Amino acid sequence: MSHEPCGRCEELLQDYLDRTLTDVEWREAESHLADCDYCARRYKFEESLRRYVRTTALERMPPGLMAKLSELRGLDATS
Amino acid sequence: MSEPDTETEARRIATEARDRARFEEEALALADQVYRVARRLVGSREEAEDLVQETYARAFRSWRSFTPGTNLRAWLLRILTNLNVDRGRKLQRTPQTQPLEETDYYLANKVASAAGEEALEADEVVERLSQDSIVKALADIPPQYRDAVVLVDIGDFTYADAAQILDVPIGTVMSRLHRGRRALKQHLAEEALG
Repeated sequence: MSHEPCGRCEELLQDYLDRTLTDVEWREAESHLADCDYCARRYKFEESLRRYVRTTALERMPPGLMAKLSELRGLDATS
Repeated sequence: MSEPDTETEARRIATEARDRARFEEEALALADQVYRVARRLVGSREEAEDLVQETYARAFRSWRSFTPGTNLRAWLLRILTNLNVDRGRKLQRTPQTQPLEETDYYLANKVASAAGEEALEADEVVERLSQDSIVKALADIPPQYRDAVVLVDIGDFTYADAAQILDVPIGTVMSRLHRGRRALKQHLAEEALG
C-alpha cells in the first residue's frame, strides 16, 4: 500500500533519476516505489525514455570530418 | 640579445609548441562527443559539421586561454554553444510555444490512458519512436530548453558544468532542463500516439 501521496513521488522523479536527491529524499522515494505500482511504472517509463534520448544520439562523426578538423591544427590567433 | 637569452627563447618556443600539440591532440580526441552534441543542437548533419569545424577553428586559435587540468570537453562545448547562439539561432524557425503540461508523469499518463492501464509497457511505447522522432522533437522545443536537455541528457554534463557552459546559474539550468524535458515528452507523446 502507498504511504505517501503520489504527487510527492512525482516531484522527486527527475532528481531521483538524476541521482541528486538527498539521502532522506532517496529513502522516501525508494520506499514509496516499493509500495506503489502506479509510481513504479511511471519511473520505469521515464527511465526508458531517457535511455532512448541518450542512445538515439550515439552517432559517430561523418567520415572526413576528423581530417578536416586535423587540418585546422596550428591556426594562428591572428588568422 | 645575448646568447643565453636566445637559448631561453628557443626553449620557450619549443615548450609552447609541445603544449600546443598536446592541446590539439586532446581536443581532437573529443571530436566525436562534440559532434554528438552539435548534431542535437542544430537541424541537419551539414550544419552540425560546420558548427564543429568553426568550434575547432576557434579553439585552436585561442588555445592559450584554456587552463590545463580543467574540463576540456566543457570548454569546447562552451565555444560551440556560443557560436550556435551567435550564428544560426536568429535564422532558425522560432518554435511555437505551447502551454506545457506541468506534470512529470504526463507522457506515461497519456500513454496509459490511450492504451489502457494494463497495456502500459514502457519499452513498447519507446519502440514506436524512431531515430527521427527525437530530432524532430528537439527541433520543436525552445532553444534555451534544448541546450540544457542536450548538454545534460545527451552530453552527460553535470548541472554545474552545463551552467558553466551556458553561462547561467545552476538554478536556471535546472529549471530549463525540467521544462525542456517536459516539452520533449509532449512532442514525443504526440509522435508515439499519432
